Amino acid sequence: MMNCDILIIGGGPAGLEAAYHANKMAPELKIIIIEENFLLGGQLIKQTHSFFGSKEQYAGTRGFEISNLLMERIKNKENIDIMLQTSALGYYEPGIISCESSEHKLMEIKAKKIIVATGARENMAVFPGNDLPGVFGAGAAQTLMNVYGVLPGKKILMLGAGNIGLIVSYQLMQAGAEVVAIVEGLPTIGGYHVHAAKIRRMGVPILTSHTVIRASGKDKLEEVEIAGIDSNWKINTDISKYNVDTLCLSVGLTPSIELLQQAGCRLEFVKELGGFVAWHNEYLETSNPNILIAGDVSGIEEASTAMIEGRVAALNAVSKITSRDISEEMQNAQDSLNNLRRGPYGEKARLGKEKLIAMYGGSHV
Amino acid sequence: MRIKNHPVLDFKKGKKVTFYFNGKELSGYEGEAVVAALHANGIKVLSHSLRHKRPRGLYCAIGKCASCMMRVNGIDNVRTCILPLEQGMKIESQPGKGELK
Repeated sequence: MMNCDILIIGGGPAGLEAAYHANKMAPELKIIIIEENFLLGGQLIKQTHSFFGSKEQYAGTRGFEISNLLMERIKNKENIDIMLQTSALGYYEPGIISCESSEHKLMEIKAKKIIVATGARENMAVFPGNDLPGVFGAGAAQTLMNVYGVLPGKKILMLGAGNIGLIVSYQLMQAGAEVVAIVEGLPTIGGYHVHAAKIRRMGVPILTSHTVIRASGKDKLEEVEIAGIDSNWKINTDISKYNVDTLCLSVGLTPSIELLQQAGCRLEFVKELGGFVAWHNEYLETSNPNILIAGDVSGIEEASTAMIEGRVAALNAVSKITSRDISEEMQNAQDSLNNLRRGPYGEKARLGKEKLIAMYGGSHV
Repeated sequence: MRIKNHPVLDFKKGKKVTFYFNGKELSGYEGEAVVAALHANGIKVLSHSLRHKRPRGLYCAIGKCASCMMRVNGIDNVRTCILPLEQGMKIESQPGKGELK
């Protein structure tokens, strides 16, 4: 069995920032990051758009450049071990995580504090043929084209006009694919106006109050049927058909809570946070005092908030392990989080977090 | 299909390597995800559903959805979306649930 002070599960923006700040506050603590992919950086590595928000959170910098900066900060640190292609399998008391190593071997890591930063997964939309090859999560299409330089297809239909749907559509065109339309079930576009305007300027229609009702093809996608819908999602127009080889689904994300669920952390359904999340307080402690969380697994938000949550969880872990006074750094981090959640686009997450924190008087249950 | 010119990105490719898909020799780049190399070779069907044998392709690309699980060098249920390609790798469609060896 391996031992460490802080075990971080997930090497995305939340996990990398947790490692950096824990090491900065307490360089003597032994930190291990495990990551199931062979690349660090989580979903930042495929993001070619420039970030909004505050300077502190790298506004104006492209996502993949931010991930390079975060990786650079924790490189060659004596007390940070990074284990790639390593998957967490289960939690055992007290504070033990079983893992599958890159050589397909079973191993165990014992830690004083565990920070779970496992991120989120893309939602599926329900219609016949949604399992055909050629139907991708929008993020998956983005990974293929922006990380590996491989186009998912030539002719593409996008479902979902939130920020991910809009941005990925634009990037697909940048990479040389044809986007025939963006289809959105709601009567309004969910993403930022600046992204939607870019799409419209390129002549791509954004069909609001429309949805995909069927995908078909032999062995892979050939045709997608869409229809207009009313506010009760009942079809109210004729069906139109598109011959496309790719359909991207950008219909939201769900926190990847499986490990927390298996660990017995108390779960709560909070719609504003994307579904079930582990109950946590403002210091990102779950109902199990050994386990902290950070990033999308604690509620769907942005990479910028994930980075600060990583910092909050790290500060909390350091203070519990070393009894060091972290109150000033914690206040700064909490202020940054509140700033980012203040605008209209941060409202959902803010409401969700407030709901959770108000439960059980904000303490362990 | 590989992207030739990109306005923002400069794709750093590894060494060109050969690998096998169901016995057929194909080429790709060392260190890219196995699914990327398969897609670049036009292969989109990665697995089949257990009961109705419906074809399944890449869906999440981050190791979370299981539709890219294949047999790699004789080991079943490997998530090929988070596996780096190596010279001589043997990738195969996996029958059913696979075997524990």
